[in-house]
Amino acid sequence: MKLLAALSGGVDSAVAAALAVEAGHEVTAVHLALSEAPEALRSGSRGCCSREDARDAARVADVLGIPFYVWDLAAQFREDVIDDFVAEYAAGRTPNPCLRCNEKVKFAAVLDRALALGFDAVVTGHHARLDNGVLSRSVDLQKDQSYVLAVLSPSQLAATVLPLGGITKDEVRRLARERGLGVADKADSHDICFIADGDTAGFLRTALGEQPGPVVDALSGAVVGHHDGAYGFTVGQRRGLKIDKQDGVPRYVLSIEPVSRTVTVGTQEALDVDTVRTGAPVWSSPRALPLACTVQLRAHGMVHDCTVTAMVTAGATAGATASGDGWELRLTDPARGVAPGQAAVLYDGDEVLGSATIREALLIG
Amino acid sequence: MAYLDHAASTPMLPEAIAAVADAMARAGNASSLHAAGRRARRTVEESREAVAAALGARPSEVLFTGGGTESDNLAVKGLYWARRSPSRTRVLASAVEHHAVLDAVEWLVAHEGATVTWLEVDRLGRVHPEVLEAAMGPDVALVTVMWANNEVGTVQPVVALAEVAHRHGVPFHTDAVQAVGQLPVDFAASGVDAMTITGHKFGGPLGVGALLLGREVAVTPLLHGGGQERDVRSGTFDTPALAGLAAAATLATQRQPIVATNLAALRDDLVRRVLAAVPSAVYNGDPVHRLPGNAHFSFPGCEGDSLLLLLDARGVEVSTGSACSSGVARPSHVLVAMGQDEETARSSLRFSLGHSSTPADVDALLEVLPGAVERARRVPVR
Ligand SMILES: Cc1ncc(COP(=O)(O)O)c(C=O)c1O
Repeated sequence: MKLLAALSGGVDSAVAAALAVEAGHEVTAVHLALSEAPEALRSGSRGCCSREDARDAARVADVLGIPFYVWDLAAQFREDVIDDFVAEYAAGRTPNPCLRCNEKVKFAAVLDRALALGFDAVVTGHHARLDNGVLSRSVDLQKDQSYVLAVLSPSQLAATVLPLGGITKDEVRRLARERGLGVADKADSHDICFIADGDTAGFLRTALGEQPGPVVDALSGAVVGHHDGAYGFTVGQRRGLKIDKQDGVPRYVLSIEPVSRTVTVGTQEALDVDTVRTGAPVWSSPRALPLACTVQLRAHGMVHDCTVTAMVTAGATAGATASGDGWELRLTDPARGVAPGQAAVLYDGDEVLGSATIREALLIG
Repeated sequence: MAYLDHAASTPMLPEAIAAVADAMARAGNASSLHAAGRRARRTVEESREAVAAALGARPSEVLFTGGGTESDNLAVKGLYWARRSPSRTRVLASAVEHHAVLDAVEWLVAHEGATVTWLEVDRLGRVHPEVLEAAMGPDVALVTVMWANNEVGTVQPVVALAEVAHRHGVPFHTDAVQAVGQLPVDFAASGVDAMTITGHKFGGPLGVGALLLGREVAVTPLLHGGGQERDVRSGTFDTPALAGLAAAATLATQRQPIVATNLAALRDDLVRRVLAAVPSAVYNGDPVHRLPGNAHFSFPGCEGDSLLLLLDARGVEVSTGSACSSGVARPSHVLVAMGQDEETARSSLRFSLGHSSTPADVDALLEVLPGAVERARRVPVR
């Protein structure tokens, strides 16, 4: 096949490209320039684009003996990922920018371009298995990235090659060393690539300004403190709450209301939810509803047993198919700290079934 | 394989390779007083005389440097520093200069209190002497306009422009990097005060060049040290590189008339065939005042990046003419200055021929170009 390898400058995409070359594919490499000011982004950040990363990516391509180009997708990345990230926080939700980047940039803008240029598929270094269009968890559960790939549609998956799903991160590093790839021991990335110092709250404060508001206790209804911006909080968060001494029981963020900027807090038990409602899903492996399966409600989160039913969202047009509307997930046992904006990803064992954005989470009992 | 990117770097002439290898086999620092040093010095000075003779300069007017970028920086910053006073801080530069000039000027503006007037060009990329005349004034420290443009190949009326500058008593620098070997270049006859050349554009080695500098022209150094070059440039002479530079300068200028005739014929054939194969293509630049090896097109509806990738995959090597260090393509400032919109500017490709080009290179291009254009049109525009 003619494959387009996205090289981030990290070890995973380097080994993925190497394996594709060794499998006999005709591979061309691109590095995505995602920052409008390349030096501003921290080296080694996930999928991102400091000058050092660009050089590392070019070195990998040269060692593999494949063509290498830089594609400037900075404007698109800003619009679809960074601006979306800020807008979601401003609306009181907790977005996952890596997921958004996969959905809008890597497997949309890049894939479309690749197909138009005559490539058959893109190859990336994500840790997830993809066999015959079936997406499932990596054998390395610590590194599994199936959660952030679950937004891909069957047609996107059909034009994607993920060579690393069957091997562990340690094996990836060993393969890189064996092939003389200089990035073999490059540090793993963890943070959000466009927030160079890892200070998400500071980044949002710069983007949104101070937006002070009240912190309200769910039980008493009383104002128990104030905050500088509701965007500094996520459902389930305890850190950073400056509130009056309560009854000695720790308080957690239960919900965020962006218009009145109210952050509502309560005890840990009050975080329990048993019902999750979502926006329109993307099915990677379509199933009929109702459906008993498991669901993961945040990156690196636990899985919960659940039953999925179709939920006709308010305002949905008449005649819309049930699968085009949201899901209602009934959890067998309550889950704690479910944040609107994150994805609900359905699994059957290790196999990904589909993904949808969480709109609300409640305790119905 | 077809190499159509001679403007980026042209293969070394065998005679230049031999001259470099010869000099490399001999030890010696040209500043040393013993026999080995004298031998090296002889090579350096013979190289200087050869470069001077090839380009119509006196030997004392040849300052060796580490290439075009250094020569441009030395000329722009050095002339500015030497002439700046509280009432003389303005730099006049054409809007289509290479980044080695452009960024040096912008650095002077950002850090050294300079101001700049960018001299506008017409749709063909030419700076008119009247435009320069209108921009002149008592506050001008220097004027810099390139001899020939590296992207679209437009040749500037350098003699007339230098005259305007001199009428106002202002020194004139020209970046002649693309001109040497393709056009007749005579430093003295041109009347310019400072001229940049670099070896790898005319069959010499990479990383070596010269600034030709009139004897009376004051320039403040960039590099301080042993003062090897008229105290304007320091650093131990790279004797082998200079021997290669001299061999290439001699041959390239000797062969220039015949090379130019052949290149122009080959280029005209390329242009005719591209326009026939892709009727929507737009031929950019000046059809008359033009480097004989340059052909530059816009392909509306395509991105130059896509075309480059598709041609590269088929063994045809070309340039979009505007890659920056990170490899991220920006719309060319040259094309924007010539009045193209950003989208058209992004749709451009440069084909540049040189001394080793053959009709087979043009055939190879035409074999793959129509298919590449058709495919590139289907790529979503960013
Ligand atoms: C017009 C022009 N000026 C300056 C340069 C820089 O020369 P060098 O590569 O020797 O630094 C180039 C080519 O790269 C050029 O085309």
